Amino acid sequence: MAVIKKKKDKGLPAVNTSALPDIVFMLLFFFMVATVMREVDLKVAVSKPQATEIQKLERKSLVTYIYAGSPRQKYQDKFGKAARIQLNDAFASIDDVQAFVIQEREAKSEEERPMMTMSIKADKTVKMGLITDIKLQLRKAQALKINYSSLQPKNVEALYSTEN
Amino acid sequence: MARNKRAIPEINAGSMADIAFLLLIFYLVTTTMDTDKGINRKLPPYDEELVQDPPPIKERNIFTVLVNSNDQLLVEDEYLEISQLREKAMEFIDNNGDGSCEHCKGYGMSNSSDNPDKAVISLQNDRGTSYGMYVKVQNELVAAYEDLRDQLAERDYGRSYREMDSEEDEEIIKEIKTAYPQKISEAEPLNIGG
Repeated sequence: MAVIKKKKDKGLPAVNTSALPDIVFMLLFFFMVATVMREVDLKVAVSKPQATEIQKLERKSLVTYIYAGSPRQKYQDKFGKAARIQLNDAFASIDDVQAFVIQEREAKSEEERPMMTMSIKADKTVKMGLITDIKLQLRKAQALKINYSSLQPKNVEALYSTEN
Repeated sequence: MARNKRAIPEINAGSMADIAFLLLIFYLVTTTMDTDKGINRKLPPYDEELVQDPPPIKERNIFTVLVNSNDQLLVEDEYLEISQLREKAMEFIDNNGDGSCEHCKGYGMSNSSDNPDKAVISLQNDRGTSYGMYVKVQNELVAAYEDLRDQLAERDYGRSYREMDSEEDEEIIKEIKTAYPQKISEAEPLNIGG
């Protein structure tokens, strides 16, 4: 009995935290599986257009992105406000697109090449002139599978409103 | 050798949680969760020499959609709102002018398409058209085809085409796709209001 009395003197025992790492590891694994690495640092502002007939891009490793939009605030002093193309982490001109696509294709394995998809992530205010130029370059580079990156609108009315 | 009898002291795992948290936070910061979605399209292959004589297509089998630099629509020589485009396109594809299409429910007008196989939608925009508008028009045209396929699937199989599984229902999807083949052709853009 004396032993019990002694314990009481020590106050509350510490909460057992030995399961804490397990919980955190579980969270960690969840995030590792459910998310993907951020590929690029966006230098152009992209507000995607809205569409309903959209399909999910299945295999991320087969997708190559081309961004188009006006440069973000902090790059505007240097590059102006006119819409530009971004490939990987840098601004690019229209003539770079073809070489970029070919280089990306070379990096992929032989059997994956025909399945390569080009995802065009362009701002909805970008003029079609620029997009048409990109498309022509893609055709020249034989990258014919493309995807116009869009968002699912919250309601159908938003799709038909004249504002966006 | 009394020492040997003593149990090996436990490794202090107190900082394990800290390490795991650190990794967790690293992943939270460097990864994104956004899923990529969009309208899938196929571009025509690039040909150095322009096709000399494109195969003649009857005027009635072409559904022209023009978009100008102010994002206005001209469909079959008629001003139209984007919300009306889908219905117009569906009427055109499903018209069944020559009566050869058994699954069509169209009106059989003499100035509209012969059958879905021959019907071609021709889209032309200006270089000044906004990308947002272009995607909207593309979306409506694709939706017109998808709606027709949906209706056919509903009639024949009692199921929605959009919800079919690409592997399980491969045969059905193939059949419906041939019933309403998607023919959207894009012309070189104009440069008027560029």
